[in-house]
Amino acid sequence: MAILVVAGHDGKTVRANVANAVAAASQMGSDIHVLVAGSNAGEAAKSAAAIAGVAKVLQAEDAAYANWLAEDIAPLVVKLAPNYSHIVLAADSLGKNVAPRVAALLDVAQVSEAIKVVSPDTFVRPIYAGNAMATVQTTDKIKVVTIRPTNFKAGAGGGPGSNPAAIEQIGGEGSKGLSSYVGAELSKSERPELTSAKIVISGGRGLASGENFKMLETLADAMGAGLGASRAAVDAGYVPNDYQVGQTGKVVAPDLYIAIGISGAIQHLAGMKDSKTIVAINKDEEAPIFQVADYGIVGDLFQIVPELTAAVSKK
Amino acid sequence: MKVLVGVKRVIDYNVKIRVKADNTGVETANVKMSMNPFDEIAVEEAIRLREKGVATEVIAFSAGPQQCQETIRTALAMGADRGVLVQSDAELQPLAVAKLMKAVVDKEQPGLVIVGKQAIDDDSNQVGQMLAALLGWSVGTFANKLNVAEGWVEVKREVDGGLENIKIKLPAVITTDLRLNEPRYASLPNIMKAKKKPIDMQTSESLGVDIAPRLKTLKVEEPPKRKSGIKVKTVAELVDKLRNEAGVI
Ligand SMILES: Cc1cc2nc3c(=O)[nH]c(=O)nc-3n(C[C@H](O)[C@H](O)[C@H](O)COP(=O)(O)OP(=O)(O)OC[C@H]3O[C@@H](n4cnc5c(N)ncnc54)[C@H](O)[C@@H]3O)c2cc1C
Ligand SMILES: Nc1ncnc2c1ncn2[C@@H]1O[C@H](COP(=O)(O)O)[C@@H](O)[C@H]1O
Repeated sequence: MAILVVAGHDGKTVRANVANAVAAASQMGSDIHVLVAGSNAGEAAKSAAAIAGVAKVLQAEDAAYANWLAEDIAPLVVKLAPNYSHIVLAADSLGKNVAPRVAALLDVAQVSEAIKVVSPDTFVRPIYAGNAMATVQTTDKIKVVTIRPTNFKAGAGGGPGSNPAAIEQIGGEGSKGLSSYVGAELSKSERPELTSAKIVISGGRGLASGENFKMLETLADAMGAGLGASRAAVDAGYVPNDYQVGQTGKVVAPDLYIAIGISGAIQHLAGMKDSKTIVAINKDEEAPIFQVADYGIVGDLFQIVPELTAAVSKK
Repeated sequence: MKVLVGVKRVIDYNVKIRVKADNTGVETANVKMSMNPFDEIAVEEAIRLREKGVATEVIAFSAGPQQCQETIRTALAMGADRGVLVQSDAELQPLAVAKLMKAVVDKEQPGLVIVGKQAIDDDSNQVGQMLAALLGWSVGTFANKLNVAEGWVEVKREVDGGLENIKIKLPAVITTDLRLNEPRYASLPNIMKAKKKPIDMQTSESLGVDIAPRLKTLKVEEPPKRKSGIKVKTVAELVDKLRNEAGVI
């Protein structure tokens, strides 16, 4: 039976994590279809068709899908579900919002944030902020699964013209009229997106103010890095909520993660300890962050960060 | 309007958990238990709505073993009016919890349900969305700010790119994010008062709900450990290691 990947997108392209979801789906079975539901989502559908491993794209055009309201997207997925063995979404804020609604409407369990596909019905997922790994087997006929994108390497993209998958137009289901989109206050940034950046620099309460985060911006720009933060830094208002890395924020796994003025609470480690190389800068040599750091520097960040910026700027 | 809040009893967020030697789960014997932190935020929001005159009554719901009474008492001490405990020693997965909550919603007819965005033990992030689905209600997940009006709720949501504003129809389910509010501490007099507040005792049988788990946990293991690193003395040394040893810059 085929597998349905439900794609997040901005109207022009599907989110980068759709390729990760396709990669995960390809470990559950073959014949992968991608659903692109939206309003004027033709370009996004084309970008989905170019992902390696995709057999077919279903494009559902309806004004109701313009802003991905769960109340309207879920019934569409539920209607398509009987044709599929698995419904797969990336565990981002779209997937987490929609997948459980789909599962409950189908009266099936949902597997949250799978990090490994053991077999088509068995998955590994972190629990307790990643301090334990549970292997779970679903007994349901239709398997609704969200996957952690950083754990599934995207295959080489097809690229324009290279054998794109067919795009099939399907109708929409209209709006339930339960909810409406008002607007968004999105953080604008030219820097690489946190969850796909090769280098991530994160700041914590040690930065002491939002003003001081400018220092990290300079360092991030010198290194071509994305910028993240601890919950404490977000709660204190230094940076917006979407910077939060951790158990209840974003999960990142870059080649290089630099934690600056972050103590390393388990909730923070849950979001970054799969990074390839971890650097910690902290004035407290006992800080738990040093237990996961490959390279640690004990000292005052206000002295070390400018030095580091200067050192990486001159190649 | 009544408000129903979900309060789950979980291992306290400060406890370093241990995986059982037989790989069947996590050690819970003699471990400090607390209310799920996101649920404290849910209780706080509900109480504020009552203080503003929007809500008339706040009901705290918990499902699990007998000791969940303590979790409900904590909510009552914060200011909730009464509790409902669905007592069960069986494993309760999110779909089962959502079905139990739905049965209580059918009885109590609240206008709003507030739950946490995620339980910090199973890290599922499912119950609120599932409950809304079962009820055919709207949902405002990851709430950063609420404005409850006549027939509608404006919800500011924490999403991947920042914040998003939606307007959803009442009755509705809300799931709390960390910045929604700062929960209050219960005062001593309120802790005393809470002891007298009623808790309605139910079971899955009394509510007629099938709670059979749909996911089988085959094993629970320790995560792989990172090999310990080194401390460097200078920035120059750090940059050298990153370039020539790790090869990441
Ligand atoms: C339900 C729940 C969910 C949570 N989810 C998350 C999450 O997703 N992500 C997350 O990050 N946290 C999360 N937390 C919070 C977590 O428990 C910690 O409170 C938080 O990570 C601490 O942030 P911090 O390290 O910036 O602050 P602190 O713990 O205060 O650490 C600050 C560090 O900066 C260092 N420092 C200070 N000044 C300097 C200086 N001049 N130079 C160098 N170092 C300095 C200090 O030595 C200290 O180690 C959650 C908590 C709960 C209860
Ligand atoms: N056993 C339970 N009793 C009461 N509320 C629960 C229970 N399980 C989950 N919830 C609620 O649902 C939220 C999300 O839980 P979960 O979907 O398991 O991550 C929690 O924050 C609680 O508000």
